Amino acid sequence: MKRNMTCIACPLGCSLTVEYSEGLDDVTVTGNRCAKGEVYAREEILAPKRTVTATVSLTAGELSRLPVRTDRALEKELIADLLTELYRIEVSAPVAPGDRVLTDFRGTGVNVIATRRCGSRSDE
Amino acid sequence: MKIRRIDVLVIGAGASGLTSAIKLAEMGYEVSVVERENTLGGILNQCIHSGFGLHYFNEELTGPEFADRLIGLLPDALYLAPNATVDRLIDDENGLGALVFSPESGITRYSSRAIVLAMGCRERNRGNIHIPGSRPSGVYTAGLAQRLVNIEGYIPGKDVVIVGSGDIGLIMARRMSWVGAKVHCVVEIQPYPSGLTRNIVQCLNDFNIPLHLSHVVTKINGNDRVQSVEISPVSREKERGPGSFTVECDTLLLSVGLVPENELTRKFGIAMNHETSGPKVDSRLMTSKPGVFACGNVLHVHDLVDYACEEAERCAKGVDEFLRGVAPETGGPVVSGANVRYVVPGAYNPGSDNRFYLRPMIVKNKSRLSVRAGEVEIYGKNLPHVQPSEMVEATLSKDALKACSGQTLEVRIE
Ligand SMILES: Cc1cc2nc3c(=O)[nH]c(=O)nc-3n(C[C@H](O)[C@H](O)[C@H](O)COP(=O)(O)OP(=O)(O)OC[C@H]3O[C@@H](n4cnc5c(N)ncnc54)[C@H](O)[C@@H]3O)c2cc1C
Ligand code: SF4
Repeated sequence: MKRNMTCIACPLGCSLTVEYSEGLDDVTVTGNRCAKGEVYAREEILAPKRTVTATVSLTAGELSRLPVRTDRALEKELIADLLTELYRIEVSAPVAPGDRVLTDFRGTGVNVIATRRCGSRSDE
Repeated sequence: MKIRRIDVLVIGAGASGLTSAIKLAEMGYEVSVVERENTLGGILNQCIHSGFGLHYFNEELTGPEFADRLIGLLPDALYLAPNATVDRLIDDENGLGALVFSPESGITRYSSRAIVLAMGCRERNRGNIHIPGSRPSGVYTAGLAQRLVNIEGYIPGKDVVIVGSGDIGLIMARRMSWVGAKVHCVVEIQPYPSGLTRNIVQCLNDFNIPLHLSHVVTKINGNDRVQSVEISPVSREKERGPGSFTVECDTLLLSVGLVPENELTRKFGIAMNHETSGPKVDSRLMTSKPGVFACGNVLHVHDLVDYACEEAERCAKGVDEFLRGVAPETGGPVVSGANVRYVVPGAYNPGSDNRFYLRPMIVKNKSRLSVRAGEVEIYGKNLPHVQPSEMVEATLSKDALKACSGQTLEVRIE
């Protein structure tokens, strides 16, 4: 089988051609300008993943929303559940980029980390 | 009125202003950065998606992370005035400078030997694209909606139509989907999408959001709130002919382009470049007013923050030469030729390598960038793909520029 896709691992956006057998044990990727493209194409056929960015509620801080992201790409079908969980979370300031807001989501090894620094309101 | 005397005043604490300030402070100058918001980082703070810093930090970061890295590089000696707005630039008996208003410290007259303009850009709005119909609420620019969702935490609507397929519109299509809104479609007047293919894939295709190319929104319906919009193919724009359809929605997001923010610049009488809507600059990025420099989105709209930072570093170098009284070697003008909307800067200096940024006017695979002095090509490179939304970079060597010094350079894409 054959599938054409665009690599989204960097802004160059290489056009990839993926040829694979029925059982997915033999996958060949062409058109990629770097190794990341091959990894992306394989994952896209086997189990597509995406990095998720969102905001969570922040208390006691100078800001009311804290931007966050997954520290690696998460299986696409788990994204909706992750977002539901994130909208329930409340983080309290102070917080720094890299601080974990969620650890090992559903056993995937994916963590969610803060991406912005925010002092507490009383720090001023 | 308080007077503050410094070497360099930087206006705007976005990626460009911060980068130039960091470099100038490292060179030993006394620098002040004035910023009208109460946070540093500019537009980066609302761009919570990743895709920043691949060149500058060799890592893919989100906007706020990129800003945090820059803020971490700020030297202690730098004077930062957040919540302070530059009202106007001045040149009088106290020298070059600016009037700055702030709720905390009132009016301050800054007096500096040089100024770096880094005010960024603003969005085009409905008035700029003339959509007829009523004036209900629910029509937002995409960047404003991005700020509302990502910083304020408000969701502007539940049923969304987006006008314009630039990267900001695409990123907002995904963002609105992830906060639970239904994005019905993206409408694009051009026959091709204007954002990156990767964003079409991950922001539209992943959510099965249709993209209507060569279509426009011809009417907005609704009294208090948007109720629906009418969409028509471009050729039948005038009358509601076959192929037109209506989409019910409560929100219309406009992602129809950015314009450099140059009110201050114009009022000060600085010569403008009509192709970029930014000031005209020489090879050091100095405007027509000696001592006033510009970099980042105020000079021309950048699609990558990495390029804005690179330009800001170059700008700091230009300021340093100016303050040390080093005159640049003047090579000649650089002008845009076939298929090039603009090239910045519009002059070259044969005394060093020179970097240029240019904006293509066409969509083409396997094209070629060519820089000519008369009929002689002095620089060329193959470009696998060009499109107007992707800026092109070209670095010409000192030797190539020396050889043609005095002549006009023409940049074209063929
Ligand atoms: C919505 C959006 C999405 C983007 N996505 C990406 C991406 O995925 N990847 C990428 O690499 N790049 C992206 N970019 C481009 C990149 O982020 C910008 O080009 C860059 O951050 C611009 O920096 P700047 O400093 O020139 O402008 P800005 O960040 O806009 O900073 C200008 C600052 O000047 C201040 N200011 C203006 N006027 C005054 C005044 N009179 N007095 C005092 N202060 C003033 C403003 O408040 C602001 O803080 C995006 C840009 C936008 C707009
Ligand atoms: S294959 Fe490599 S170079 Fe090409 S888009 Fe993917 S990550 Fe970028």
